[in-house]
Amino acid sequence: MSEVVFRAKGLKKYFPLRRSMKEILTLKPRRYVKAVDGVDFDIKVGEVFCLVGESGCGKTTTGRLITRLLEPTGGLMLYKPTRETLEKVSPKYVDKDGYVNLTSKLPKRIDKMLRQEIQIIFQDPFGSLDPRMTVYSILKEPLIVHNIGDSEEERREIIYRALSEVKLTPPEQFINRYPHMLSGGQRQRVAFARAMILRPTLVVTDEPVSMLDVSIRAEILQLMLDMQAGRNLSYVFITHDLAVANYLCTRIAVMYLGKIVELGTADQVINNPQHPYTKALIAAVPEPDPKNRFKVRELPITGEVPSAAEIPPGCRFHPRCPYAMDICRREEPPLLEVEPGHYVACWLHAKH
Amino acid sequence: MSLLEVKNLKTYYYTLRGAVRAVDNVSLTLQKGEVLGIAGESGCGKSTLAWSLIGYVPPPGRIVDGNILIDGKDIAKMDEAALRKEIRWKKVSMIFQGAMNALTPVFTIEDQLAEPLIVHKGYTKEEAREEIIKLLKAVGLDESFLKRYPHELSGGQKQRIVIAMALILHPDLVIADEPTTALDVIVQAQIMNLFKEVKKKYNIGMIFITHDLSIIAEIADKVAIMYAGKIIEFGTSDQVFLNPQHPYTQGLLKSIPRIRSKEKISWIPGVPPDLVRPPAGCRFHPRCPYAMDICRREEPPLLEVEPGHYVACHLIAGKGGKK
Repeated sequence: MSEVVFRAKGLKKYFPLRRSMKEILTLKPRRYVKAVDGVDFDIKVGEVFCLVGESGCGKTTTGRLITRLLEPTGGLMLYKPTRETLEKVSPKYVDKDGYVNLTSKLPKRIDKMLRQEIQIIFQDPFGSLDPRMTVYSILKEPLIVHNIGDSEEERREIIYRALSEVKLTPPEQFINRYPHMLSGGQRQRVAFARAMILRPTLVVTDEPVSMLDVSIRAEILQLMLDMQAGRNLSYVFITHDLAVANYLCTRIAVMYLGKIVELGTADQVINNPQHPYTKALIAAVPEPDPKNRFKVRELPITGEVPSAAEIPPGCRFHPRCPYAMDICRREEPPLLEVEPGHYVACWLHAKH
Repeated sequence: MSLLEVKNLKTYYYTLRGAVRAVDNVSLTLQKGEVLGIAGESGCGKSTLAWSLIGYVPPPGRIVDGNILIDGKDIAKMDEAALRKEIRWKKVSMIFQGAMNALTPVFTIEDQLAEPLIVHKGYTKEEAREEIIKLLKAVGLDESFLKRYPHELSGGQKQRIVIAMALILHPDLVIADEPTTALDVIVQAQIMNLFKEVKKKYNIGMIFITHDLSIIAEIADKVAIMYAGKIIEFGTSDQVFLNPQHPYTQGLLKSIPRIRSKEKISWIPGVPPDLVRPPAGCRFHPRCPYAMDICRREEPPLLEVEPGHYVACHLIAGKGGKK
């Protein structure tokens, strides 16, 4: 089995809701939106790990927890730094397998080195680039923050290299442009260059192609794969689109209301789905086949995702599940291995 | 007579930089009970085309030339008052992009749905309620929704209300502009199933406008592919999806990842042109892998390559398609 670069154990993120005056006066406890409610997963070196789910399932929150843009409410996040970084980290923060616990309190110096290695690319290339900065200054900023390059010339060279890597060539043509002078695809390339310029080992990409036109999506997906070549780079790919996940990802985790309901290789999850929710998701994906117009799509489930503030008891999927049994209403199903590497959280597959 | 006949329609936006030719010489026809899908990238003019069809082009845009015949009446020449009275809602209704936000937050569902009935048909509130209940059932909702406000509904439910609203005066033609784009995939499939039911039950004409060819394959009988303000390929669903002739259509179809196969996908290099100064000749030539000399000079005509299948490409013109 290949090495694990990142491990989440029982990871949780709750967002508190505001209480009304009535709730405060009647001493009602504060309610929470349980955006991520105890997820476990491993990310292996060199893989594209995919988090799939509908809006509100907690996939973006998970991505932000991994990059530590959000503080988790509970759980563990273990990260294996590169060897060079590991040498600079004092051994008391490193466990016997070479992992650093990201949820523990780390000295600022170490924290910064680790943050450099885990980067994120956002969905909206129109919103994630500062409209008043040129491409050059956008790419220079991370170098300044992380103290990379001694002189302006050296930094310029690094920036040129980063731009050629994302195929914005010749770089001279792009460095003085502002984001509004670029097309959507080019902007997303700049966003990639900004993340890659720090030589990260783990990159979280949050719906990087869903704002782009269909005709250029493949270009960005191919760029992601090209970037991996010759590096020990792992991706967390967050998407709602199972077809894209199937195309790009090594392993897929399907999330529903803050939990992982199914996890396995892309082939296992797409071609042999076990959880009723995964089956419904796959059945709902449209394809450009004109035969589809003659038939009504059979959807095994009805209704919509409930609010994450009021999660149903037991299995959170039971109100929509066609196979819901008694136990589903009472107890939460564990994530169990049904075949090597393929995990499902469903009472249909667990002994009870 | 066709339900809708568009002839040489031109809709431009007059900006300080010059005229943006968003819809440039588009012609199409639609029969009763037919569903036409219009696909293209963002900025290809597909939404402008939809707005033109109800005479509702936002300024600084306007219809410059051409005819839009609905039941023989040319709505391109009608004034605002006549459009309101005779065309919108009654003959043609529209489901806008992001329709979930098209509902007024301060009115109940009943009040919003009753308005067109009261204004256009002179119904009393009681008569309107009866009609609304019937319609809610048709879109898969029940009476309990009458007294609710939009914020109490989920995205899918709001979309159903908007569809009900579009159908309320039994128009001959419903135009849906990206009706499922903001929805989750399961809800999207539910709404597409609803559209299929509506199509069967009401036998109305529909125009589906989307960037997603998969959605068009779900429902359309005929497909038009737009690029830079022009229709570059038009035909039945089977013709366009199974036998695409224009290099742009071929490229679009090859760029869609499939869930049921792991086929390699490709992309179309470059970006769509600026519609203030579109390239000379074929507008696709800067991105076309087969661009020839003639493509840079002359605009290709829309030629019939097989019965009902039209393509605007010099590759086809050279092979002797007929006009």
